[in-house]
Amino acid sequence: MSDGSSARVERRSLEDDAFRIVSARDSLLTRLRNLWNRRELLSSLIRSDIRIKYKNSALGIVWSMLTPTLFLAIYWLVFAKFLKNGIPNFVVYLFAGMIVWNMFNTSLSTATGVIVVRSGLVKKVSFPREILALANVGAATFYFFIQVLVFGLYLLVVGHAPDYAYFWLLPLAFLALYFFTAALAIVMSAVTVYMRDMEHFILIILQLWFFMSPIVYSYEHSIAPQLHAHGLAWLYFLNPITLIMLTFQRTFYVSTVVHSTVPTVVGGHVFPLINVLPSWPMSTYFYLDIALLAIMIVVFLVAEVLFGRLQGNFESEL
Amino acid sequence: MATVIKVEGISKTFKIHHERHQSLKERLLHPRSGSTEVFDALADINFSVDTNETVGLVGHNGSGKSTLLKCICGVLQPTSGQIHIRGSLAALLELGAGFQPELSGRDNVYLYGAMLGFSKKMVDGIFDSVVDFSEIEQFIDTQVKFYSSGMYVRLAFAVAVNVDPDILVVDEVLAVGDERFQAKCIDRIRTFQDEGRSILFVTHNADQVRAICDRAIVLDGGHMIADGPTHESLRIFREHLMGSAQEHDHSGLLASISIDSLTTPSGAFHVRSGAGMHFDVHITSQSAYSGNFVLEIFTRKGLLVSRSDAKGSPVNLTPGQNVVGVDLAQIPLLDGIYDVNVGIVDPRGNTVIAWREGAASIQVTYDGREGGLVELGASIRQQ
Repeated sequence: MSDGSSARVERRSLEDDAFRIVSARDSLLTRLRNLWNRRELLSSLIRSDIRIKYKNSALGIVWSMLTPTLFLAIYWLVFAKFLKNGIPNFVVYLFAGMIVWNMFNTSLSTATGVIVVRSGLVKKVSFPREILALANVGAATFYFFIQVLVFGLYLLVVGHAPDYAYFWLLPLAFLALYFFTAALAIVMSAVTVYMRDMEHFILIILQLWFFMSPIVYSYEHSIAPQLHAHGLAWLYFLNPITLIMLTFQRTFYVSTVVHSTVPTVVGGHVFPLINVLPSWPMSTYFYLDIALLAIMIVVFLVAEVLFGRLQGNFESEL
Repeated sequence: MATVIKVEGISKTFKIHHERHQSLKERLLHPRSGSTEVFDALADINFSVDTNETVGLVGHNGSGKSTLLKCICGVLQPTSGQIHIRGSLAALLELGAGFQPELSGRDNVYLYGAMLGFSKKMVDGIFDSVVDFSEIEQFIDTQVKFYSSGMYVRLAFAVAVNVDPDILVVDEVLAVGDERFQAKCIDRIRTFQDEGRSILFVTHNADQVRAICDRAIVLDGGHMIADGPTHESLRIFREHLMGSAQEHDHSGLLASISIDSLTTPSGAFHVRSGAGMHFDVHITSQSAYSGNFVLEIFTRKGLLVSRSDAKGSPVNLTPGQNVVGVDLAQIPLLDGIYDVNVGIVDPRGNTVIAWREGAASIQVTYDGREGGLVELGASIRQQ
């Protein structure tokens, strides 16, 4: 019995604290504020995500460099050596596109099923649910920077100088990539709760998306001429990844027009010029990137609203 | 005193799918098929909790008490209404729900702390006391997947109670763990009370509510049917339980038994400590029924002094007025007022047929020198 302890100690008064409100539908602003307030949880989840992934493997974090490098080697072998796409210095070109793609690909393939996988947590502990998906994006961002590091080392080793004048565009392009990836990740994680097929479906979509982006081929060289002929160039740019990759490729690969490594058959030993990248001035890249970033921030906010609607019924579906 | 939780007009409706179409193919092929039933888990709940208060939330299974608790913790979104919460809140809904089996105990303490909404710095500050409380010091760097279920629960509880929340929400978690650990938990809850924190305690164990709570809220079928002092609410809870037992009986036989009053030969419920006592229980029954008689005696603080074994006391009721005599040979209680609950339960002791909570209060006077609850007739001498 608590007889003896009736003299209760008054703790810090809560009278000045503001009320938090739980209601049927929170406003976007409230949800963003909640997200911001739980940023420590986000970083905890990202760290545990990374730690768990390589916990019991001998090579550990090295895998996050090794896997992309091996893929890089395979694509180089297939597209530069076997199919002879003629792009000189192809590894640099490939690398610039791959780091962007890996970030997007890793985020989406892990985030899509995350709410279903962690349903035990979702049903028992209170936190903004989209943090689970954002943690996957966060982990992918971590791997992204590791790969950037590896890329930098590679450039040093082969002595390929990037165009430093374009460096300041990279944060813009990266942020656009982040917001776009995060938006898709949180929406897909919520949709999967209602349609479990999405987990498998997304893998096919991602496979298609890979080839719809200028990673293993050059947009300017292989796609642009045909699309321009039909006035459909805009179609290709509906894929936000394209512009982001072009910015990275322009910065790291530098050259827009190069001599092909494959001689023409007719003339013999003539190495024709090919347009690898669009020959836009820097200002065009800037305007396009800043516009894309603005659009992607809006897309992210729309995704937040959508997630808010979808999460209302989670408990009866999980 | 400040209000820490304010629940305003909370309702929660669940959609129950009788056929779940969760794959794309099924959704496309049968966009509208599979009937959906709407189930109201909570209907227009209003109450508030102040600092320094320990409030019990009672109700039987399916009464909506866990749903309400989940809404308060923010795990569920209410369908309508608002909940205002002030101060930090730690919820013990399911211990260890946030644990990652692949990570070590140490990492999980930090992760779980973050999930409960506490910063790394705060967890740093309490880490030692968490490890201390959980008693798993030597395994703190072992992966949690190698823990026994007891270690798992102890670690989770240790985090939740050490993170210094302003409001603690406890949902029947005391049912887990061995008796010693349960006692430790109850102890910790009492410390919380002494420190002036608010506790919301959910259970269907009336004894636990009586022992811990100042106030109790009773839920039934998603409606709030009582909100008041613990013994008042528990009386309503018991009597309501009886009400629903009648509804479930198809014979209509049981609907007609009521406990009318308790009387003593002298008309008063005064007794000297150590003396015996007799009282009559007046029961009206419309039909013949044989069941078991239950007698409970509580202190005003809600401690159960005695409960008669339901199986050992059969009564045969006849249609009309019945009188059941109760003899208490000797009441060794010390000074105080004791509440008496009486009831009739079915012969198997599962269903309450009739119940009268607080049917009488016995006033005991004692002029001996012992303190506490009972007189043991202690005599102390040197040998």
